[in-house]
Amino acid sequence: MKIVIVGGGLAGLLATIRACEKGADVDLISFVPVKRSHSVCAQGGINGAVNTKGEGDSPWNHFDDTLLGGDYLANQPPVLGMCEAAPKIIYLMDRMGVMFTRTGEGLLDFRRFGGTLVHRTAFSGSTTGQQLLYGLDEQVRRWEVEGKVKKYEEWDFLSAVVDEDGTCRGCVAQDMKTMEIRAFPSDAVIMCTGGIGAIFGRTTNSVINTGSPLSSLYQQGVYYANPEMIQVHPTSIPGDDKCRLISEGVRGDGGRLWVPKDGKPWYFMEEWYPAYGNLVSRDVASRGIYKVCRELKMGLDGKDMVYLDVTHLDPEWIEKRQHGVLEIYRKFAGEEPTKVPMKVFPAMHYTMGGMWVDYDQMTNIPGLFAAGECEYQYHGANRLGANSLISCLYGGMVAGDKVLEYGKKLKKNTADVSGKIFEAEVARQKEKADKIYQLNGTENPYKLKDILNEYMTNNVTVIRYEKTMKETDEKIQELMARYKNIGVCDTGGWSNRTAVFIRHLWNMFELSRAITGGALLRKESRGAHYMPEYPDRDDENWLKTIKAKWTPDGPEFSLEDIDLSLIKPRVRRYDVRKDEVMKEEEKEEKKEAAATAEEK
Amino acid sequence: MSEILVKIKRQDGPKSKSYWEEFKVPLKTNMNVISILMEIQKNPVNAKGQQTVPVVWDCNCLEEVCGACTMVINGVPRQACAALVKDLKQPIVLRPLTKFPVVRDLMVDRNVMFENLKKIQGWIPIDGTYDLGPGPRIAPARRDEAYPIATCMTCGCCMEACPNVNSRTTYIGPAAIAQAKLFNTHPTGAMNKEERLDAVAGDGGIVDCGNAQNCERVCPKLIPLVSIIAEMNRETVFRGFTRWLKGKPQKAAFDEPIG
Repeated sequence: MKIVIVGGGLAGLLATIRACEKGADVDLISFVPVKRSHSVCAQGGINGAVNTKGEGDSPWNHFDDTLLGGDYLANQPPVLGMCEAAPKIIYLMDRMGVMFTRTGEGLLDFRRFGGTLVHRTAFSGSTTGQQLLYGLDEQVRRWEVEGKVKKYEEWDFLSAVVDEDGTCRGCVAQDMKTMEIRAFPSDAVIMCTGGIGAIFGRTTNSVINTGSPLSSLYQQGVYYANPEMIQVHPTSIPGDDKCRLISEGVRGDGGRLWVPKDGKPWYFMEEWYPAYGNLVSRDVASRGIYKVCRELKMGLDGKDMVYLDVTHLDPEWIEKRQHGVLEIYRKFAGEEPTKVPMKVFPAMHYTMGGMWVDYDQMTNIPGLFAAGECEYQYHGANRLGANSLISCLYGGMVAGDKVLEYGKKLKKNTADVSGKIFEAEVARQKEKADKIYQLNGTENPYKLKDILNEYMTNNVTVIRYEKTMKETDEKIQELMARYKNIGVCDTGGWSNRTAVFIRHLWNMFELSRAITGGALLRKESRGAHYMPEYPDRDDENWLKTIKAKWTPDGPEFSLEDIDLSLIKPRVRRYDVRKDEVMKEEEKEEKKEAAATAEEK
Repeated sequence: MSEILVKIKRQDGPKSKSYWEEFKVPLKTNMNVISILMEIQKNPVNAKGQQTVPVVWDCNCLEEVCGACTMVINGVPRQACAALVKDLKQPIVLRPLTKFPVVRDLMVDRNVMFENLKKIQGWIPIDGTYDLGPGPRIAPARRDEAYPIATCMTCGCCMEACPNVNSRTTYIGPAAIAQAKLFNTHPTGAMNKEERLDAVAGDGGIVDCGNAQNCERVCPKLIPLVSIIAEMNRETVFRGFTRWLKGKPQKAAFDEPIG
């Protein structure tokens, strides 16, 4: 069986290995050499309830924290599957030689992360994503030597090839050196193309994360689910080119957030959330910092900035655990973080939403699968820290397995499909590419992106007002009109990165409309989506997945019920321990039951 | 408003002639070399005021963990993202790495480095990805020794600085030799230690190291490459000696094509 896998981050590489193990041949297409994929940026760790610290942790507890952290917007069964597999996946990565940080006994060490009260996060210093990615990269290289994998690195995914029955039969991609456009016929395609940070500009994402493949497929009919769910990470160093992440693990290891008040440090998160303190979920922490800086005007020197302090910790100990992050701070902020508190502010970080997939990771186009950040399945309305790496690995693993089951059941193999559908799709893509070369107007594409970034970051991140979001949607449409007046400024036929960027720019506009439209539609506040006009969670009307369907006139939205078969949604609180919340709710329920019994 | 003067060595394609182009870019706070190149994208006009084509270069993470944006900046191979303008002498001179084929402008093809990782069998030969329980225990001290090597991002700085990596040799370079050591340090990887040592001892291997020690000086991850190479050298010599004692002929590692 022949499979195309697009994207060589954690999800794509593990899907590749699984498919190879089961006998498939894989064409691995990637925008960058796979070893440079964005997974490399993940710092703090990977969650799995291995329970090595005598805290009574369990996969069920991990599952419960994940659902609560995501404000119950995730379908529950796949999340449970992920949490149950997590300890085994961590062990697998350990067997691959990932240099996890160890305890004195030589076992894996675990640290705390946000939205949980236990030590559940395995880590490798503060470069866990890099280390996991390299572990997988090495295994894929082994399969490459075996002849089972062929890599196409620095190729840009353009579209899926869909036959007359609506089944995916491969894809079309472009070599970014020769600019050749060709088809990759296959029995199935797995998309593992990551997030969309470039839409927001200066974020913690890599510059390659434009979401272009997701957008292409959305425009081909794949549902874009919960597009409005955008995570803003509480702690980053703002920069001119990007915002550099300071891992949540720093707070997991004891780092504290504060600003001066009456000449003394005010640990605002610890005061507001005594039970979880600095380790509340990310949406709550980011809103807390916004409140301090914007509402209370107590940011450092009146600016959008708070302290993240590790100066009270043993410098040698914290250096060992956080060397990577502290080095980034030293290099880019030019100060010694073990002596002077770090200055940080929230930045866009992750997309909970993505391609709609079923429990087998398959999209609504049969034969087209998706895994990792580009799909929507595991995080609901907000992702817990250190759940991204596990969701990428688990999703990739499931996709790699399920794709083969799908292939076995295929009535007609792609080898028997007429070559015409491939020729037609290649021709369509060549025509689109030619149109980009013909753009000879006056607009600079990079400047248009700057405008998009400004509007999206200001209006569609932490605090979302109806009025400014409507203005944003209008602005995007204006930019889409101005796009037609772009001057391509590079008409070369060799390694033309400007032409590639212009294609991605249009795709970013299409996604931006879905993000803004979804946010305008969801009239409540849930997880990362906070609208001051509708400050409360509204389970009655909005405990639903929003699905965006592309039309030439803009996104069309529909709602889908959530699978709540395992846990009943509770109120989301981080000021008290969750066992106490559960006890309180139980008491309330008993009271109500007694009251109804009395009435009868 | 003050400006930064940047000189960039450009090349339209692998076979084209290279040429220099100068740019003046408005200075802002917190700028690095990447933000200079981004400014040129937004305003592709050279210092003479002529319209030109945006500069092509490689970059992804912008926080010195992906290795993509390596180039020669004021004569030193390093990552453009970590090169802060306030620390650089002007004019800032940007060139592509010279030890790899140029794709376009500052973008080069470093695929040879990934191929070298195949030669040294740079992986742990696991039985499979199914659930086989935890991995071997590793003493923290041993892990701490291995971890810096594991942060190698295949960026190419060591290859660029090494006088023995050039068009006349097939030397695999410091990065690949260090990776062989990484896998030999791991308890499971050590099961294939001899094969990796043979690879490192073969043609294009450790014997091509001239001990210039430039590699360690330019490594952005501060990997102790000099002592690693010295240690690998001792091990390959010892391995060669024991093989000789046993009377087995030593197989040249790269005789057969791999893959």
